[in-house]
Amino acid sequence: MQKLLLLGDEAIALAAVDAGLSGMYAYPGTPSTEIMEFIQASPEAAERGIHREWSSNEKTALEAALGMSYTGKRAMAAMKHVGLNVAADTFINSAITGVNGGLVVVAADDPSMHSSQNEQDSRFYGKFAFVPVFEPSDQQQAYDMVFDAFELSEKCKLPVLFRITTRLAHSRSPISRKAAQPEKKMKMPDEPRQFVLLPAIARKRYRILLSAYESLKYDNRISKYNTFRDGSNRKLGIITCGIAYNYLMENFPDGGPDLPVLRITAYPFPADIIRDITGRCEEILILEEGYPLVEEALRGLLDNNLKILGRLDGTVPRDGELNPSIVARALGLLLAPQLAVPEIVKARPPSFCKGCGHSDTFNAIIEALRSFGMEGVFSDIGCYTLAALPPYSFINSCVDMGASVTMAVGAADAGLFPSVAVIGDSTFTHSGMTGLLDAVVKNSPVTIIISDNSTTGMTGGQKSQATGRLEMICAGIGVGPEHIRVIVPLRKNHDDNVRVMKEEFSYRGVSVIISSRECIQTASRRKRSTTEK
Amino acid sequence: MHSDRIKEKTINNRKMKNDIILSGVGGQGILSIAAVIGLAAVENNLFLKQSEVHGMSQRGGDVQSHLRLSGKPIASDLIPSGKADLIISMEPMESLRYLPWLSKTGWLVTSSNPFINIPDYPPLEAVLNEIKKIRNHLILDADAMAKEAGSLKAGNMVILGAASRFIDLPFLSIENGVRKLFIRKGDDIAEINIRALRAGRRIN
Repeated sequence: MQKLLLLGDEAIALAAVDAGLSGMYAYPGTPSTEIMEFIQASPEAAERGIHREWSSNEKTALEAALGMSYTGKRAMAAMKHVGLNVAADTFINSAITGVNGGLVVVAADDPSMHSSQNEQDSRFYGKFAFVPVFEPSDQQQAYDMVFDAFELSEKCKLPVLFRITTRLAHSRSPISRKAAQPEKKMKMPDEPRQFVLLPAIARKRYRILLSAYESLKYDNRISKYNTFRDGSNRKLGIITCGIAYNYLMENFPDGGPDLPVLRITAYPFPADIIRDITGRCEEILILEEGYPLVEEALRGLLDNNLKILGRLDGTVPRDGELNPSIVARALGLLLAPQLAVPEIVKARPPSFCKGCGHSDTFNAIIEALRSFGMEGVFSDIGCYTLAALPPYSFINSCVDMGASVTMAVGAADAGLFPSVAVIGDSTFTHSGMTGLLDAVVKNSPVTIIISDNSTTGMTGGQKSQATGRLEMICAGIGVGPEHIRVIVPLRKNHDDNVRVMKEEFSYRGVSVIISSRECIQTASRRKRSTTEK
Repeated sequence: MHSDRIKEKTINNRKMKNDIILSGVGGQGILSIAAVIGLAAVENNLFLKQSEVHGMSQRGGDVQSHLRLSGKPIASDLIPSGKADLIISMEPMESLRYLPWLSKTGWLVTSSNPFINIPDYPPLEAVLNEIKKIRNHLILDADAMAKEAGSLKAGNMVILGAASRFIDLPFLSIENGVRKLFIRKGDDIAEINIRALRAGRRIN
């Protein structure tokens, strides 16, 4: 069969379909978005009727996936690393309930923060929840591992965390497929109280989890992914985790270094495999993408006698993504000579597209708010965060999904007036609605501007749950109908829009301004797809 | 631009190895260049890894892609610094941003047309002078050539055509790749892109 050229994300999606997936659940987030997009475009998924609609946020996605697992069917939830924070309550507790049908949770980490607010390492969540973690080092392995992840999940009755990083998620490589498996039949859990985490049951389930986690270390589906290769030079041993293996091998194109190498791509693993390598080498270099998880475990609190090189002693930079040159430097290898970037090259940060509605919204906000002597608003996560950069420079916060609303409420509590939040439509339905309810209940003097482009723009234009529902939602939450204002952010409406904003900024209660115009990218894509057909 | 005849390369799959950096500004079509080379590589049973930038930088920021072709399995998704055989750039200043990756013997192929969306864009002359300091460089007016081929949007295929002489793939495979990629947008679009590709290839 001809190989398919797929992104790491797409390889995972295809594997899930081939492994008999029944439901895919996700909220868009770089670098995880293409997993769901692939399944949405897959003819097999359409034919089988695999569930593949976006969820409102990562928590609702994981809960729905757990519900599908409850019925005995296979489910996958995919999210970016910070999305797992949103879903953390479900994630940790799903280890205690355990699962019925296989449940695989993909967390796509973004070391170096190419498109994120932090570079947290999701492997810690695996350890925190006591669940197995797979960390593939290449696209083919990612494809193959998904099958084992579902099988292991069903065998040990636990969710499996599938950790990838940006470089694997967004790099293409040829993939060979396995034979497709049928979907699982519906079959309710054998233990009816399993999912009822009343304290008495939870305590029992937690003890079951702890002992299951111990025996996981010796499960073949984990151990086959942690491989040791001896070398004749025993001065240095190398431990690689996930994708770091590739950067090591890149430096030894003729079949790898003549050093002992332990390649880790699945957790938890027993101490024995570490002793195999530490026992025969004077020094150990640890290469892992993300935080020094394995390195800290090996060092322990007291830094035993073993000489360990890694992120903690500065052999490898403490933060940021790895690459072949960083690994070469850590090994003391000679680097190829490098040309410098000429000084005339200037930074080119991302910016609003020409004609973007967010820019018209911000032009109005800036004029209206300056008349109150204010410089800046609380804002949120999406394309509109680009208003933090010149020529706007009018955003004072971007913290997490939905934080604009509740930070504005907190600042209003402290006496800031007017206290204004700007949030996108999809971010609002993700995590802004509950904050708005807080504001309504205590009649907080805040203005929430929903910059509604009717899509999830920054991640490439996925369907927004908010489209066509915003006025209804705000009214339903309890915002007074006279303070739900809808404007169209166009240059010709600028003066009217500024006037509406000034009126609502002066109001000492909750007001919402919905500034609504479709994203020009999705609009032009829609136009193209209708003319092409 | 006088000859339609293109000398075909015979490729030695075992020894073949091309490490390519693609660069430009979000929206200029570098991922389409990568997709065409990818299709051609698969047609020739080569190993391939192609790392892309998605997300925030696609909004008018600088974007790059690492594209690696080889007759043997490829370890890293990223090209080590100082080891790229080729920089293919849709924008002159962007071509310079990735010089730390270019090997001493590598080629830099770029469009001469600046994309100015920042207030401090340097004078174009200064940018072109820096490019001319690179031993192996090829600068071409992709916009004009694409327009002549039928659409300003085909500038990326002009640049790919010009760069194709430094890629160890049969030109015919690259042409097939262009056809495969653009045929879903219609025969006329595919033809314009193939004309643009050929025009780029003929540049001396």
